[in-house]
Amino acid sequence: MDYQFLWRPVIQSLPQMLGGASVTLQVSVLSMAIGMVLALILCFAKMSSFAGLRFVANIWIEIARNTPALFQLYFFKFGLGAVGILIDSYITVVMALAFNTAGYMAETFRGGYAAIPNTQLRSARSLGMTAFQAQVHVMFPQLLRAVYHPMTNQFIWVILMSSLGMLVGLRELSGETQFLYSKTFRAFEYFAATAIIYYLIAKLVLGLMTLIGNKVFGLNRGGVA
Amino acid sequence: MISVKNVRKSFGDVEVLKGIDLEVNQGEVLSVIGASGSGKSTLLYCINGLEPVQQGVIEVDGMSVHDKKTNLNHLRQKIGMVFQQWNAFPHLTTLENVALAPRKVKTLPKAEAEALAESQLKHVGLGDKMHLYPNALSGGQQQRLAIARALAMEPNYMLFDEATSALDPELVGEVLDTMRLLAEEGMTMIVVTHEMGFSRDVSDRVAFFHKGVIEEIGEPEQVFGQPSSEHLQKFLAKVR
Amino acid sequence: MTTVAVFGDLQPQDLLFLGEAALRTLLISSVAIATGSLAGIVFGWMMAAGNRTVQFAMNALLDIFRSVPLLIQLILFDAFVSIAGFPMPAFWSGTMVLSVYTSALVASVARGGIESVPASLRRASRSLGLSYWQDMRYVVWPVGLRSVFPSWVGVSLSVMKDSALVSVIGYIELLKASQILITRTAETFFILGIAGLFYFALSFPLSRAGQYVERRWQQS
Repeated sequence: MDYQFLWRPVIQSLPQMLGGASVTLQVSVLSMAIGMVLALILCFAKMSSFAGLRFVANIWIEIARNTPALFQLYFFKFGLGAVGILIDSYITVVMALAFNTAGYMAETFRGGYAAIPNTQLRSARSLGMTAFQAQVHVMFPQLLRAVYHPMTNQFIWVILMSSLGMLVGLRELSGETQFLYSKTFRAFEYFAATAIIYYLIAKLVLGLMTLIGNKVFGLNRGGVA
Repeated sequence: MISVKNVRKSFGDVEVLKGIDLEVNQGEVLSVIGASGSGKSTLLYCINGLEPVQQGVIEVDGMSVHDKKTNLNHLRQKIGMVFQQWNAFPHLTTLENVALAPRKVKTLPKAEAEALAESQLKHVGLGDKMHLYPNALSGGQQQRLAIARALAMEPNYMLFDEATSALDPELVGEVLDTMRLLAEEGMTMIVVTHEMGFSRDVSDRVAFFHKGVIEEIGEPEQVFGQPSSEHLQKFLAKVR
Repeated sequence: MTTVAVFGDLQPQDLLFLGEAALRTLLISSVAIATGSLAGIVFGWMMAAGNRTVQFAMNALLDIFRSVPLLIQLILFDAFVSIAGFPMPAFWSGTMVLSVYTSALVASVARGGIESVPASLRRASRSLGLSYWQDMRYVVWPVGLRSVFPSWVGVSLSVMKDSALVSVIGYIELLKASQILITRTAETFFILGIAGLFYFALSFPLSRAGQYVERRWQQS
């Protein structure tokens, strides 16, 4: 192998790559936040007594779960483009990832909800709480705890999948890397550095989420406040 | 006073209550016995408005439970209920479990609600467990927590739905003792139970349910001593 | 050459092009799922049965493939083989990356399956005189498989969907073909519809079947 590895340009471009990484994080946090809110709405729509609402929720959830994320991204890019709506690649990526997250997390919410014994609702009501109070103070905190772990996994998945932004021209970490390497054609060195950055981001986010989870929910397990 | 007049209740095609008439006076302890599926627990759910009825009227302090105009959430504050499965809220400490409803339903300030919760927890003997989460408590302690939680709403009535049935035998005593304490303090109680000894010692009256009707009702000496119905005789022979 | 009016600029051979691309999606995902699952089961067993060092090393290694975007793994491997002096067709580099990626996902599923078998059950089978491998084959495999089969279906389906990313190193699978046609013909919804339907028609029934099997096994 007579290839000479050349790391200097990569190290010099590190600030730009980290800039890309911050776009990655922004896109991911935004997609996740929007996706979670939509997921909760979809979950209640799916459990609602209106057939129309259930139908829409089911279509959304099944498309999100049964087609590739890249397909969903192309759908928002080319599909909206075809009807004359031209949107920024940043928003396209956020829409696609939020769409996907909403579909997956809606099912997680539904499963978490079903796992709470319905006697919890009954005892809350027997204490005189309104249906709304019982949901907010008794059901929701338990739901949040049940979905916290899958939510963390989804968050990391979103971070990794935001790399698809590269394919629609978004300069997040991958897109930025592609832009930089195309000037030097040092694909291996650049993408190796990118891989390491993704790995570090994934571990950092996992650690942070675990820390928050322990702080918020972990006490219950130990038993002593 | 709780009054139940000609109440009929079905789940689908199955009629569970077939015309129940009953009055429970202030300060009285009524225990309800009978085989599983005889409708005992259903009656409690109906009194608390957790289940609708098909026919008849249930009144608590003169308010009709199933009248659409009745504010059920308000009514339920007068009626504490303890379930077979101790339903502690797992995400809250013992103290928070008890203080939640006073804060949110009665909108008491936090400090006041917690003081109330503290006194009720001491009342049921859990004064030293206030900052534990429910999963650190035994079944008996969780059931006493459920009692304290209901008492914190300062109810006029307490309904017990087989409160000791799901407990390990060695934990039954502490819960029964707590219930006995409430009875001595003059709480009006309806106790659905399989504990015949408790029923005989603590109740003012005992009602025997059989297939959706009250087949026999009277003072414990009479119901346990000289049962007149054949079904009751058979039931007592079996549980002894 | 005649143009079929209903499809606008879309021509019959374009549909053939899409069909071939769909077959390529099927081919690369089946190969990756098959080899990746086999390797994953071995890795999973190593993590469940090995000593702490093996467990730690395997876990750390496989975790890399779960913590770096598949897109980057593909680009990186493709770049590596070409600078290492043995460039290979996109199908092969794609298959290799996708297989390793699958094996990392299957390994944690397989490990979970083995660990889901209660120790008491395994002691019982060993006490009957079954050897380690007999215990593995006749007790751990069937019992563990039941508990993780639905997860394995989930992993396989997600690999099938993720195979769309192999297009980044120049393998013309279904989505790449769709993108090429969309750019040329502007029949966006028709082409996206076909591509989406293809994935959906594969994924939806299989995931439903997985859920059905899970429910039936739970009842028995």
